[in-house]
Amino acid sequence: MAEKKIILSAKDIEVKFRVRDNYLNAIRGVSLDLYDGETFAIVGESGSGKSVFTKTFTGMLESNGQVTNGSVMYNGKDLTKLTTDKDWEGIRGAKIATIFQDPMTSLNPIRTIGSQITEVIVKHQKVSGEEAKKQAIDIMNRVGIIDAAKRFDEYPFQYSGGMRQRIVIAIALSCHPEILICDEPTTALDVTIQAQIIDLIKELQKEFKFTTVYITHDLGVVANVADRVGVMYGGQIVEIGNVEEIFYEPAHPYTWALLSSLPQLGVKGQDLSYIAGTPPSLYNVIKGDAFAPRNKYALKIDFEQEPPFFKITDTHYAKTWLLDPRAPKIEKPEAIRNLHEKIAAMTSKGGAYYVEQ
Amino acid sequence: MSNNKEVLLSVRGVDISFDKGGKKPFRAVKNANFDIYRGETFSLVGESGSGKTTIGRAIMRINELSKGEIYFKGKKISGKISKEDDREVIRSIQMIFQDPAASLNERANIEYCVSEGLYNFHLYKDEKDRIAKVDKALEDVGLLPEHKSRYPHEFSGGQRQRVGIARAMIMEPELIVADEPISALDVSIRAQVLNLMNKLKEEKGLTYLFIAHDLSVVRFISDRIAVIHLGRIVEIAETEELFKHPLHPYTISLLSAVPMPDPQIEKPKKHVVYDESKRDHSGEKPILQEIRPGHLVFANDREMKEYEAKLQEMEKLEASDK
Repeated sequence: MAEKKIILSAKDIEVKFRVRDNYLNAIRGVSLDLYDGETFAIVGESGSGKSVFTKTFTGMLESNGQVTNGSVMYNGKDLTKLTTDKDWEGIRGAKIATIFQDPMTSLNPIRTIGSQITEVIVKHQKVSGEEAKKQAIDIMNRVGIIDAAKRFDEYPFQYSGGMRQRIVIAIALSCHPEILICDEPTTALDVTIQAQIIDLIKELQKEFKFTTVYITHDLGVVANVADRVGVMYGGQIVEIGNVEEIFYEPAHPYTWALLSSLPQLGVKGQDLSYIAGTPPSLYNVIKGDAFAPRNKYALKIDFEQEPPFFKITDTHYAKTWLLDPRAPKIEKPEAIRNLHEKIAAMTSKGGAYYVEQ
Repeated sequence: MSNNKEVLLSVRGVDISFDKGGKKPFRAVKNANFDIYRGETFSLVGESGSGKTTIGRAIMRINELSKGEIYFKGKKISGKISKEDDREVIRSIQMIFQDPAASLNERANIEYCVSEGLYNFHLYKDEKDRIAKVDKALEDVGLLPEHKSRYPHEFSGGQRQRVGIARAMIMEPELIVADEPISALDVSIRAQVLNLMNKLKEEKGLTYLFIAHDLSVVRFISDRIAVIHLGRIVEIAETEELFKHPLHPYTISLLSAVPMPDPQIEKPKKHVVYDESKRDHSGEKPILQEIRPGHLVFANDREMKEYEAKLQEMEKLEASDK
């Protein structure tokens, strides 16, 4: 297989936030290579650091946050060294764009949709207003706004939530970015609209050939969009692999727990399995494996020493002592064994989620 | 099967309109009809703007009906009712809200938050009795008595939702209207709250009206499901029946939108989009009618024939599989 081209490479990233007299260690050493054209999904609970990590790609950390270690290499530049808005010009928004969760807060409520799209085109492509309007209507059509020319002069409140998110996508794509970061783009939307937006992003990716980083807490969405997946917990990636490896051969107990707590897999009359306890406080120094206190498979060493990444295949790595050759052999929980067979039965004819196409 | 069950709540021909100031009023709920039996979990599923919360609020006597009636234990609770009945309804139908942070008074400690209903209704003999009741309610939802003196902001989202549930439970209600109780919670917490609701239902013989937008969550918790679209209930059936034999195209579209945690199945999946305006409007006006015992679908005679044929085919296939 031809060597895949790395488009962005983050190494040993650490991020700290200063909160009063304390430091919050939001990201505790994360490395990631993004390949050109892939969709990489980051999953984790709130507070696991998934958004903070990707904000280092665009220099959008809150003002009390700081990258204290590591580098993000993109196009021969270390993005962590850029400080002023001028340094970021031509990268943030232009080459690396972000779509956020809530489309209402990303749009300006008192300006027309059209002016918000053309503003970006004029700024980045230095074209005339006339030409920008043409391009804006074109891209509005492309993201599925019906009657784009007529709706060009409307305001965000006249659009539904799904339509607003389409506009946010249109703005992000109007500069033809190389990397699109989608930060929970569908969490605030209805399931049927979510399905449409996911399809739209996938279609646009085929057409514009950008690399997508998808941040979500919904493993169903991950299964739909991702080529590769990184599972984050307590400010670290704890497991990384191809999407099929993560779903069919998960190795980290946290990934097991996340998968087994999905209501889609729930059996009526039985309790859903859940993750007891709460995520660790990142103000404290974490000793050993951050997940150990909530992990029913935790070994003694998990409380004492941080596990390294163990290699499972060329593409699949997990940070858990269970993979050490000296560790006892533990099988993944019953609920997620033969996952594919179970879900195949649910979605085939006569199954609970069967839908005729 | 449903004959020997006691109807706890009955919604009959309910219309709810909102006046838009001179303009034509907006009909948020159109001719809703359903019964909730004692001891079951009945779910209302639909997108935002479908009117599911409006129905829930009408049952709580917050929204006024413009047509129809609502009965609770055979007694009319909609429109003008006596003061005693009003108090009785307020006590025995309790609500759990979506956002636990917004539904708790952040300046009051947990003891007050949970006791508020008791104070309003003087449901305690003395201070000792009240404290005992609060402790019991907290214990029921998996919190500790020492949490009483804390404030809502000191809790995690899941714990706050537990406080919200304790606050409802302390009134010893018979029906709980749970409006998207887990939508604002993290994935790992959702399972805990669902388990807790199931446990309380069994222990206390509660009845739930569960309002949600996500069919996958609803499947795990409900006995029966009503699917609502643009203010109109389009299908009602027992949970397994609805998932196995969805008939209305909107139900099918909702089902196809549930993301399944399996890349081989999820990636090639096509979403079915339902567009009300593209529906074949020929023939007479559709009504909600029974196609199998307990399975109702919103259709006219022509559509009924189509659904009947489809249903028979599905049933034949399943019979041949066995």
